[in-house]
Amino acid sequence: MGSTITEKILASHCGKKVVEPGEFIEPKIDIALSNDVTAPLAVKEFRKAGIKKVFDKNKIALVMDHFTPNKDILSAEHVKFVREFAKEHKIKHYYEGGNVGVEHALLPEKGIVVPGDVVIGADSHTCTYGALGAFSTGGGSTDIAAAMATGKVWFKVPNSIKFILNGKLNKWVRGKDIILYIIGLIGVDGALYNSMEFDGPLCKKLTMADRFTITNMAIEAGGKNGIFTPDEITENYVAKRAQRKYKFYASDKDAKYLKIYEIDCSKILPQVSMPFLPSNTKAVKDIKKTYIDQVVIGSCTNGRIEDLRVAAKIIKKGKKVNSNVRTLIIPATPEVYSQALDEGLLRTFMDAGAVISAPTCGPCLGGHMGILASGEKCASTTNRNFRGRMGHVESQLFLVNPAVAAASAIKGYIASPDEIYNAKASKKR
Amino acid sequence: MSDIILKGKVHKYGSNVNTDEIIPARYLNTTDPAILSKYCMEDIDKNFVKNVKEGDIIVAENNFGCGSSREHAPIAIKASGISAVIANSFARIFFRNSINIGLPILESQKAVKAIENGDAVEINLTKGIIKNITKNESYQSQPFPEFMQKIIKSGGLLGYIKS
Repeated sequence: MGSTITEKILASHCGKKVVEPGEFIEPKIDIALSNDVTAPLAVKEFRKAGIKKVFDKNKIALVMDHFTPNKDILSAEHVKFVREFAKEHKIKHYYEGGNVGVEHALLPEKGIVVPGDVVIGADSHTCTYGALGAFSTGGGSTDIAAAMATGKVWFKVPNSIKFILNGKLNKWVRGKDIILYIIGLIGVDGALYNSMEFDGPLCKKLTMADRFTITNMAIEAGGKNGIFTPDEITENYVAKRAQRKYKFYASDKDAKYLKIYEIDCSKILPQVSMPFLPSNTKAVKDIKKTYIDQVVIGSCTNGRIEDLRVAAKIIKKGKKVNSNVRTLIIPATPEVYSQALDEGLLRTFMDAGAVISAPTCGPCLGGHMGILASGEKCASTTNRNFRGRMGHVESQLFLVNPAVAAASAIKGYIASPDEIYNAKASKKR
Repeated sequence: MSDIILKGKVHKYGSNVNTDEIIPARYLNTTDPAILSKYCMEDIDKNFVKNVKEGDIIVAENNFGCGSSREHAPIAIKASGISAVIANSFARIFFRNSINIGLPILESQKAVKAIENGDAVEINLTKGIIKNITKNESYQSQPFPEFMQKIIKSGGLLGYIKS
């Protein structure tokens, strides 16, 4: 019996030939990640346990991205606490201030995580790095405290579910719509404890940005990890960035899957997840007119340069954002910010009346930089629309792709990009 | 060694209780369990903090604790006085966080189906037996794998790695 890509990566990190689903293992990790919300607790536990040394100062990443630039005194104290720890232990990958970006956009971009890695992060969206062909998953602060001490972490080897992506993508449909559609299909616990492996002919046509968006939201279906088989597209992305040697793994033909889904992606139209679960998905064209107060374009899900490009294209066409809609643009990293500057995208956003923020998770988790009042509605490219996620418990969040978010900012209601970009063409029809 | 017995009144919830509801991000600028416990379940049950008593038990349906990786969620629950959570299933990060910090969690569909809000329940954690005192019924939960039992016996993950 063959092995899946996930099983192979895990086996290679605990010195075994094969691992079986259900088996408990303690693999060596390549990167342990934590942020300004989870690291203070990890450091506190690390110190409380009386551990004196980190296992490897080069294999720990501390990214101060959630409430930064620090939103209040308590948050500033947290970051100070982590900064002092990073200095004391000479942590190589400490990011704050002008260096910081949203962790799951930053780490691949800097080549800190690479294909074939085992990564644990005290952040649920750590599953993002599966797009590179790495095994990566979220844990908690105590996991990180232990990982920082020992370089190992405990896992139960997951079963794998395969999603075969077929067909051709419709206009304006990207990775976000594919993953929202899949979550709508299987539910928020449809892949609970399992690995989500993405395969099929369409994968060859998906950019790294699409793949990052898809694996990023594996957790929204309960998945332990999401993973793509690395290929030339991965190689092109990684070759110029990797800080370490990397290795491509692939599933065997006779690997065992708990379930296999064939997804005809040509059926997928731009999606929207209605409040209050990511699985409440509908096609944008099928929802009743929903007026909004805010748009957020950013986050570890959709704050990459490709996302800003498509948003800028639509906003440029529409000229001005609707006066009722606060439109927040949050480039995910300094590199994305800088590139958006060079390409003139930020000029387009400014001229249209949008607000441009420093890279931060900010409003995605209701931290700061765009909190909603009671009764307010927001179309957002982020990843969760739970009750109260972006602010008041009576606010509502609609998850969409960057093109739909941009069109909605112009129109003032949740709109298809066709309403802006092909306005004349659609009138003729 | 004698069996570990937990006893309390049940606070019952539905499916997909998420970490944003258990402890909203607006309170994540602290790691102090006592402060976190004051806001526990605020966005799903405003009266929880007022009603909860030491030893009480949360019972919920599917996918309890889904969403963010914040360990602040099981910490807030534990510090609020809750002695255990019983659910049909747990979201995986919440599951491992609970094991790692020593919050007892049990999976039992029979118990979740039968137990109602306000029932008095007694759990024999060592044997995994859930006794509904109000209804005079018993349900067996899935025992933890040996590996996890070792972590639990060591008082959490850091105790385990030190031993």
